[in-house]
Amino acid sequence: MQKITRNDFITEISGNDLHIIAEGSILNYDSDAFLHKLLAAIPEKLKNIRVTAQNLTQWDSSFLAALYGVVGWSKENAVNCDLSELPQNVQDLITLAYAVDRKPTHGNISKLPFLENLGKNTLENLQNTSNVVTFLGRICGAVGRFFTFRSIMRRVDFWSAMEDCGPKAVGIVVLISFLVGLILAFVGAIQLQTFGAQIYVASLVTIGMCRIMGAIMVGIIMAGRTGSSYAATIGTMQVNEELDALQTMGLSSIDFLVLPRLFSLLIAMPILTMFADFAGMLGGAFVGIFMMDLPYQEYWKFAFDAFNLKNFLVGIFHGFCFGFIIAVCGCYSGLNCGRNADSVGVATTQSVVRAIVWMIVATGIITLICMELGI
Amino acid sequence: MTKQVIIEAKDLSVGYGDYVLLHDANYQVNKGDVFIIMGGSGCGKSSMLRVLTGLIEPLKGTVVINGIDMGNAPAEDVQRIREKSGILYQSGALFSSMTLAENIMLPLQQYTNYSVATMRELAELKLALVGLKGFGDFYPSEISGGMKKRAGLARALALDPDIVYFDEPSAGLDPISSHNLDDLIIEINRSLGTTIVVVTHELASIFAIGNNSIFLDANTKTILAHGNPRELLKNPPNQEVYEFLTRGEGK
Ligand SMILES: Nc1ncnc2c1ncn2[C@@H]1O[C@H](COP(=O)(O)OP(=O)(O)OP(=O)(O)O)[C@@H](O)[C@H]1O
Ligand SMILES: [Mg+2]
Repeated sequence: MQKITRNDFITEISGNDLHIIAEGSILNYDSDAFLHKLLAAIPEKLKNIRVTAQNLTQWDSSFLAALYGVVGWSKENAVNCDLSELPQNVQDLITLAYAVDRKPTHGNISKLPFLENLGKNTLENLQNTSNVVTFLGRICGAVGRFFTFRSIMRRVDFWSAMEDCGPKAVGIVVLISFLVGLILAFVGAIQLQTFGAQIYVASLVTIGMCRIMGAIMVGIIMAGRTGSSYAATIGTMQVNEELDALQTMGLSSIDFLVLPRLFSLLIAMPILTMFADFAGMLGGAFVGIFMMDLPYQEYWKFAFDAFNLKNFLVGIFHGFCFGFIIAVCGCYSGLNCGRNADSVGVATTQSVVRAIVWMIVATGIITLICMELGI
Repeated sequence: MTKQVIIEAKDLSVGYGDYVLLHDANYQVNKGDVFIIMGGSGCGKSSMLRVLTGLIEPLKGTVVINGIDMGNAPAEDVQRIREKSGILYQSGALFSSMTLAENIMLPLQQYTNYSVATMRELAELKLALVGLKGFGDFYPSEISGGMKKRAGLARALALDPDIVYFDEPSAGLDPISSHNLDDLIIEINRSLGTTIVVVTHELASIFAIGNNSIFLDANTKTILAHGNPRELLKNPPNQEVYEFLTRGEGK
């Protein structure tokens, strides 16, 4: 009669001895489940573990992992573990795995992870805030150098940054703003229709887009498109040691990398905001004239009556501030990036999140100031 | 003739925050040396180089270069020393938005008053020196890893430095390219009299180019040996150094 080989570990417990038999081919073995089951079954006063093999034909790392766990447990609990009947190469591998003395490198893990994390994060945030203030200070210094003609900013860099956040961004900005204008008009129209005041859709869209929506949409698009690319580019330079090279050459990374990007965004953002305002108004008109059948001349009359230079300029000012925020957040995240590919991803995400948060905060502050000034 | 000391580390402790990699290191590099910083992985060789090149502050102690105490001297003096040192980073660290020639011209633009045409000629000359004649208009992404290192070396040589620092020059190069780079290093050392500081654990390079060295040890966090690597091999001061220099055969 042929004996059936089980492709498994077989455990036999007799008194204080545990005998583990590896039988057949042990591949893709669930070593963790095995160890759990084994540990649950182990009697308290175990003295010896003996591991042997029977018809062991094939094995892979999962087999070793199970053995590694058994040996580890026996070392911890001062139980004798005998592997001498296993194939020599298995014994060698297990010996090798335990030969490397592991020394803790960066201190031990705290017993109060929550409190420790809270403390660490608080300190980190404080440090971050002071870093940002320093960074802003260095930007001011660099701008000062620029206007006294001592900056090393390269004009080529400025023009290529300008091209990237100017002409190349117009398309997407116009498209999105057109759609936002359309949506504003739709949503407004449904409400206004109940009073028979559809014509005020024109005023609604004009005021909404010019005062704030245009700038916000441009801000969000540019944070995702340009701010993140600043963070990724500069972060990659950190990984490639290019920032180290700049520093040791005594070249200011602010002059060299931040200024061209900052200036180009400061110039491009107000212009893009203007484009967004008009595209939004067109979107509104599209709904008003073609879908709600409002008379063409009347629509534009209401739209232009609602157009107010003050609102328009406030919107442009928003755009200008957002440009500053996006450039600073993008460059700051990039310059403080870690030294591996992972941290470039983190830096990119951070740049967008930071930019959007600070844009909202800035909008709040500007709105408050405008209210106080009665604008 | 007594040799002139160009770099001197005084009670130098290197590390990050509370994490000390090396404490109270003292050593000297003479003018014209090819100085090797060797040791096992993770013992702080690159960190030592960062301290020497001023990228990070030492935890304690100072580095004196050409008689200038880099930790305490006025900023202009420190700057003058930095201008006179070139660094070759592990990956070359060329600026990817600029051509090779522009990369080399960048430090020249910052620190000299040459005309653009002269700078361009100097850049071509430095490229020719490292065997990249005619590659001035290539972008870093268009050349191979070994060529990037050469181009990085050309940039490091742009301002005729007194000291050139190398971090693992042979990492990622095939044996022949790495041998050629070693030859280039020796050539520069001989013909320009440049002091060379190299971080490496490539034994072949260590014996081929080094005439002075320190051996850092992660366990004791100290310098275990200081001297000519060939002499260290003949008279190893301790077991660790002997094992390292013989690839563990002395075990
Ligand atoms: N920025 C840093 N912050 C904290 N610890 C760091 C930092 N950089 C390196 N280390 C730590 O310092 C130790 C030494 O790093 P270093 O890069 O100097 O080693 P190395 O001798 O150059 O090693 P290798 O030969 O592998 O390049 C490592 O354990 C590393 O974890
Ligand atoms: Mg290193």
